[in-house]
Amino acid sequence: MTATATRPSLTSKASNYLDERTSISTMVAALGRKVFPDHWSFMLGEVILYSFVAILLSGTFLTFFFEPSMVPVHYDGSYVPLKGMEMSAAYASTINLSFDIRGGLLMRQLHHWSALLFIAAIGLHMLRVFFTGAFRKPREVNWVVGFILFILAMAEGFTGYSLPDDLLSGNGLAIINGMVKGIPLVGEWVSWLLFGGLFPGNDIVPRLFVLHIMLLPALVIALIGVHLVLMVINKHTQFAGPGKTNDNVVGAPIMPLFAAKAGSFFFIVFGVLVAIASTFTILPVWEYGPYDPSPVSAGTQPDWYIGFADGALRLAPGLESEIFGLTFSWNILLPMAVLGLFIVVVMIYPFLEAWITGDKREHHIAERPRNNPTRTAIGAAGVWFYAIMWAAASSDLIATHFHLNVFQVTWALQAMITIGTVIVYWLTKRIAIGLQKKDREILLHGYESGNIRRLPGGEYIEVHEPLDEYSSWKLKAFDSYEPVMVRPNAQGRITPATHLRAALTRWFFEDRIAPVTRGELEASKHDHH
Amino acid sequence: MSAEDQSAPGEPVGTEHDVVVYGRGAAIEQRDAFENPGLPPHRPRQTDLHPHKERRAERQVVGWFLASMLGSVLAIVAYFAVPIVPGDMGSVRANNLFLGLAIALALLGIGFGGMHWARQLMSSHEVVEERHLSRGSVPSRERAVEIFRLGDEESGFSRRSLIRNTLIGAIALVPLPAIVLFRDLAPVQNPDVALAHTMWEPGMRLALDPSGTPIKAADVTIGSAFHVIPEELASVGHEEGYLDQKALAAVLLVRLKPEDIKEAPGREGWSYDGIVAYSKICTHVGCPVALYEQQTHHLLCPCHQSTFDVTEHAKVIFGPAKRPLPQLPITVDDEGFLVAQRDFTEPVGPSYFERLHYVDPEHVPVSAAETETRA
Repeated sequence: MTATATRPSLTSKASNYLDERTSISTMVAALGRKVFPDHWSFMLGEVILYSFVAILLSGTFLTFFFEPSMVPVHYDGSYVPLKGMEMSAAYASTINLSFDIRGGLLMRQLHHWSALLFIAAIGLHMLRVFFTGAFRKPREVNWVVGFILFILAMAEGFTGYSLPDDLLSGNGLAIINGMVKGIPLVGEWVSWLLFGGLFPGNDIVPRLFVLHIMLLPALVIALIGVHLVLMVINKHTQFAGPGKTNDNVVGAPIMPLFAAKAGSFFFIVFGVLVAIASTFTILPVWEYGPYDPSPVSAGTQPDWYIGFADGALRLAPGLESEIFGLTFSWNILLPMAVLGLFIVVVMIYPFLEAWITGDKREHHIAERPRNNPTRTAIGAAGVWFYAIMWAAASSDLIATHFHLNVFQVTWALQAMITIGTVIVYWLTKRIAIGLQKKDREILLHGYESGNIRRLPGGEYIEVHEPLDEYSSWKLKAFDSYEPVMVRPNAQGRITPATHLRAALTRWFFEDRIAPVTRGELEASKHDHH
Repeated sequence: MSAEDQSAPGEPVGTEHDVVVYGRGAAIEQRDAFENPGLPPHRPRQTDLHPHKERRAERQVVGWFLASMLGSVLAIVAYFAVPIVPGDMGSVRANNLFLGLAIALALLGIGFGGMHWARQLMSSHEVVEERHLSRGSVPSRERAVEIFRLGDEESGFSRRSLIRNTLIGAIALVPLPAIVLFRDLAPVQNPDVALAHTMWEPGMRLALDPSGTPIKAADVTIGSAFHVIPEELASVGHEEGYLDQKALAAVLLVRLKPEDIKEAPGREGWSYDGIVAYSKICTHVGCPVALYEQQTHHLLCPCHQSTFDVTEHAKVIFGPAKRPLPQLPITVDDEGFLVAQRDFTEPVGPSYFERLHYVDPEHVPVSAAETETRA
C-alpha cells in the first residue's frame, strides 16, 4: 500500500498522457469551475439539447431500415389491411420498420415525440429569453443564431413529416406545392424543380431525405455549437437576487454540481421521452394509407408546429388579381407576407429595442417581465397572434367539436387575430404596470401579514409587515428608462430618425413605474396610517 | 455563506475593462438606490444536518442506479421474450410497451439517481464568479487590428486594387455553375404545357376511382357524388406517372335536379341530364375538394375550408379560394357511358403566375358579376 501511494495512480498517468498530447488541462482549468446560475426556466434550453440527442440517436436507428424511395412496391408485410396494396418503398418500409422490426415502432415514436418536444422547448426557451430581456447586449447575436435554429427545427420537422409518403404527408406536400406555385414569376419553376416535374413525381421523398438527415442536421449541429460557445463567452444571465449583480454570476460550478445535474437531466428527458413513446401512439401512418392525390379525410391538419402557417392560409381572404394576363394570388401571398413580416420582426427585435433605448451597456440580469411592460405586452400580443393562427389550423375541428358553423368560426378567428391582438397588447401592459404598482406598495407599506388587530378605538386593521432586505431586493433592483427628448444633433439638425426614436421611447416608457428609492422608503415609514 | 471566489482563469481581474463605460441611452441613472444586501446566509439541507438522512439519501441514489441496471436487463429480456408475431398487432403493441418501459427505467434510474446525488449530497454552496465585458481585452484588440494591418500591408490587398477587384469578381462568379447544375432537377421541358393539360380527351370515359370501372349515366342517381378518374388512367403504372396524372385529372361527379342547376351562359351543353363534373383539385393550394354536402350541394375543401356551390358552376361561396373549380364538359357515348367532351378549358389546381396564358380560347369564363355574391 505504501508503494502505491508514492507511485502515480492510473488516472493521473492517463491524464498526463492525454494532456501531453492535447493540452486538455488548459480547457479544464478554464471551464471546470465555470459557474452556471440556477433557475427553473434555464432548464428549457437544456430540454432542447437533450431532446435533440434523442432525435439523433433514434433517427440514426430509423435510417438503417427506412428506404427513401418512391419506387412502387406491393406491400407484403405483416399488417393485414394493407397487404398487396401498391405503394412507394418509403411508405412500405415505414410500415415494415414499425411492425416487423422489434423496437422499430418504439424508435419511430421516440423520434417523433422527441421532435415535438424539441420544437416545443425551443418555443418556450425563446419566450423565456424574450420576456426576460435576455436578448439584450451582448446576446443579440446569439438570439439570431437561436432564431435560425428555430426555423431549421421547423424545416426538419416538415421534411421528416413528409418522408413516410402517407396520405397526410402527401397532402402537406400538395399544399406546399400550391403555395410555391403562387409565388409570382418563379413559383411554377420552383415547384417543377422541387418535385422533379409534375407533382407529386417520384423524386421528392429522396430529396427531402437528404435535406432531413444530412444538410439540415449539419446546420443544426453547427449552429447549436455556435449557440453554446457564445453562451459560454457571454456567460449565462441570472435573475435579480441578493448577492447577484450585473458583474457577477452566482450559481453552481460545472465540476461537479452543474455537470451532475445536467447529465442527470439528460437521462431524465431521454427516459421520459422513451416512456411516452412506449405508451402513446403518434402519427399512425398505417391508418392513413399510401399517398393518393384524390382522397382526403375531413379534419386533416399538419403537425402542430406548422399549424400557424396553415392557419394563416385559412384566415386569408380569397383574393386574386389578374393584371396584364398574369395572376397574383393574394390569398397565398398575403399570408406568406404576414408570416414573413412576423418572423423578421421576431428576429430583429433585439436590434430594434437596442436602437430605441440607446442603451449600450451589457445586461446580464434577466428582467422580470413586469418591469418592462411595453416589451411584455408586445410579446403577449405576438403570442396571441401566433396562437390564433395556430387555432385557425383546426378551425374545422373546433367547429365540429363545439357544433358551430365553420364559417362563423373562421370569422370569429379573423376578428380575434386583428382586434384581439390589440386588446391583448393593452391588457398585458396594464397588468404588468399593475404588478409593478403592487411591488411598490409592498416595498413601501409592507405585505399583508394576515394578522388582524383591534385598536383601542374599536377599529380593526390588518398589520403590514416589511419585507426583509433579501426578499425585497428583487422588487427594488431593476433598470428604469424614460422617454428621450428631441435634441438637435452635432450639426444642429433634428433628423426624422431623432423624432422617430423620441416617439418610440415615449411609447415604450411614458407610463413607466420607477423603482422605489431609499428616500421614498424612509418617507413612507413616517406617514403610517 | 462561504462564497468561493472564482476569478476567471487566465484573465487577471484587470483595470483596463473598467475604463470602458457604455452609454446608457434612455436609462435613468438611479440616485438614492438601495444597496445590494449580498448573498443571504447559506441554508444547510437536512442531509447536511443529519447523518442518518445523508445515509438514507445515499441508499436512495444507489437504489436508483440499481433500478437502472434492472431496466437494462429487462429491456434485453423484453426484446426476446415479447417477440413480434407477424399479423398480430397485439404483439407489436406489447413489444413496444415492455421494451420501451424497460428502457425508460434504465434511463430514468440514472437520471433520478444522479439528480438526487447532486441535490442532496454534493456541496450546495453557491459559487460566485466575476463577469467581464464580452469584448476582448485592450491589448488583444490592438493586436487584432495590428494583425489585419500587417496582413493588408504584406499582401497588398488594398494597394493592389486590380488584383483585389478581379478576385472579388472571380469569387462572385464561381457559385453560378453550381446553381446552373441544378437545372436538371426537373425534366428539360418547360412546366407550362405539362401543368396546363390533363389526360382527359374527347370521348374518354369517366371511371370510378380507384377501380377504373366506367360509369353509366343511368347509374348516377340524383344527389349522389362519384370520385372519378379517366378510364385510361387505371392502366397507367405507378412508375409511368399514375399519381402525377391523377393529381391533375381527378374529377368529382354530381347529379342534381336539372332545375337546380344555374348554368353559366355558354356552358349549357357541358352537363348531361343534371350530371355535372368538376375538377377535384382546389383552386386555392390544390387539396382534393372531397367533401360533398348533399343537402346544400356544396363542395368543401377539408384543408382550408374553401366552399364551392355545385349548382352555380362551382363558384366560391366561402374560404380563401378565389376561382371556381374548372368544369369538365361531359356527355354520353353510344353505350350510355359518361365521357368527356374534351379536356378542361383552363389549367386545374392552384393559381400560378402565367396561368392565364394556358386558358383555352374556347373557355367559357364565369363572369365576375356572378362570383361577387360571396358570403
